Amino acid sequence: MKLNRLKMTGLLVLIILFVAGCSSTPDKDAGADGAPVSEVGGDGATGEDGAQTAGATDGGSWAGNPLDDPNSLLSVRVIHFDYDSSEIQGEDRDAAIAHGEYLAANPEMTVTVEGHTDERGSREYNIALGERRANAVMELMLIQGAADSQIMTVSYGEERPLALDSDEAAWAVNRRAELIY
Amino acid sequence: MTGPVSTSEMKRMMNRIFLSLLGLFWSLQAAGALTIEITEGEEGALPIAVVPFGIQAGAAPNQDLAAIIAADLKRSGRFKTLPVNDMLARPRSGSEVEFRDWKVLGMENLVVGSIKPNGSGGYLVRFQLFDVFRGEQLAGYNIPATSRNLRTTGHHIADIIYEKLTGERGAFATRIAYVTSTGSGKNQRISLKVADADGHNPQTIVTSREPLMSPAWSPDGRKLAYVSFEHGKPAIYIQEVFTGKRRKVTSYKGINGAPAWSPDGRRLAMTLSRDGNPEIYLFNLNRKGLTRLTNHYAIDTEPAWSPDGRAIVFTSDRGGKPQIYKVPAAGGKAKRVTFEGSYNARASYSPDGKLLALVTRVGRNYRIGVLDLQSGGLQVLSEGKLDESPSFAPNGSMIIYATKAGGKGELAAVSVDGRVRQRLALQEGDVREPVWSPFTRSDRR
Repeated sequence: MKLNRLKMTGLLVLIILFVAGCSSTPDKDAGADGAPVSEVGGDGATGEDGAQTAGATDGGSWAGNPLDDPNSLLSVRVIHFDYDSSEIQGEDRDAAIAHGEYLAANPEMTVTVEGHTDERGSREYNIALGERRANAVMELMLIQGAADSQIMTVSYGEERPLALDSDEAAWAVNRRAELIY
Repeated sequence: MTGPVSTSEMKRMMNRIFLSLLGLFWSLQAAGALTIEITEGEEGALPIAVVPFGIQAGAAPNQDLAAIIAADLKRSGRFKTLPVNDMLARPRSGSEVEFRDWKVLGMENLVVGSIKPNGSGGYLVRFQLFDVFRGEQLAGYNIPATSRNLRTTGHHIADIIYEKLTGERGAFATRIAYVTSTGSGKNQRISLKVADADGHNPQTIVTSREPLMSPAWSPDGRKLAYVSFEHGKPAIYIQEVFTGKRRKVTSYKGINGAPAWSPDGRRLAMTLSRDGNPEIYLFNLNRKGLTRLTNHYAIDTEPAWSPDGRAIVFTSDRGGKPQIYKVPAAGGKAKRVTFEGSYNARASYSPDGKLLALVTRVGRNYRIGVLDLQSGGLQVLSEGKLDESPSFAPNGSMIIYATKAGGKGELAAVSVDGRVRQRLALQEGDVREPVWSPFTRSDRR
């Protein structure tokens, strides 16, 4: 009896370890193909270790969700910007507002807003500019009644271009904020 | 030889120079590394001949030391090297040198050397540097080497020659760190690499599917701080270059970016947006305490320390457009430093503290500029459309930076006077964010 319980506990621990191992695979990227990278400590002044920014994608994918309606403003998931600007204009503004209203009406939903820039200028300034863009989208959604806890932001600056050319057209495509449910 | 030269003779000479240059380019391309492009005349460059080293029986070196030394000296912009084909003799030691052979070619200095076997798999490298006009030896060394460090030995010899002839310390035996990106989509791999200052011997120290950014050398050259997005958001790490051991330094909410070591290695300046928007902070690495240095609703980022550790320059758009500002490291009021142009960013100090290298917008192009802090004059050194990430050599003689060619990022270096520019065409996808290492203990003589 006692032995069985011990066995069960052991099995449970194994399962948990296995699952934890699976879910943490992205963490191993940094060491995978390169010189060995072993993480010592990681005890700095960090409070945020391992926070998941990839949020709840599950709830959004069933039929009939307004997020999937191609005629809805909610189908617009990319907001574009002018050079060195974080101003949201025209139809993009309407879309951001619609997303804010949607979040307000669906408090269980969360979204990640990614800020991006074109390749021009310095990289860390572009990280800051990308964050400013993501924040501009977030602010607009908060005004519509979305809650702070529903929106996460991350800036990739110029590190994740959609268009790879170095011309005005490509730059316009890359200056964006992406909404990822 | 010194008299008037006929046109046919001139033509022949030009052809010969062109062919030998072509040969040089081919051999360098084959080595997978480097092209040197002289952008302006070589007036003022010291003419020097580096004779191919004599190889004694029993030694089979895997490197052409004379070629390594000559390439180093040439790309510094301070020397004009004699093509091997133009040499009238190939002495291997001082006793074989006829100085008039070199005077007649207009050489001011001459380097000869030899490589002989030294124990199992080892070499003894011997070289001598001569003043051709005085017929005097200026330096002579015997250096034990192995096939593994033969290239480095070449860089050390170039450093000795450079210092002897210019009075300034050479920086050829130093290293660079940079970021590469290969593949796309799911197959994209971002790597942080370390290589010799001439682009040879690249080694990967981190690989990730997510962005890696902003590598920064510790003052002792043994660690790199950098930004990694491997957990889906940015965090600053410090990694030991030789062991690969690393630790996470900060991963606050928002931006964790632009790490920069204080000259004493005790603090890391960085950009954090934990309080709402990007500000410059100082992170004490021993006490793990944070001090906020800037406080403005605009973007403040890209901190860089003055060599004396007293001031920090940074990029801010508090005036509407990105410009460089300066603030005391002990805290205080920020003062604007750049006034010319609509975009100045990512400044870093020259080792003597007199210059700032930065990214400056010229018309529609982003180029590398050097600001003289005393006169306020801004000199543009590069000619690309999308140049970025300038970094001074530890002796201040050159600046390495990232440029774009054929839709691909690659590295380039330019002498601080702008006279000599070179491309480091590494064959591995998109290359960016080069940072030149400081002098390390092993470089110290």
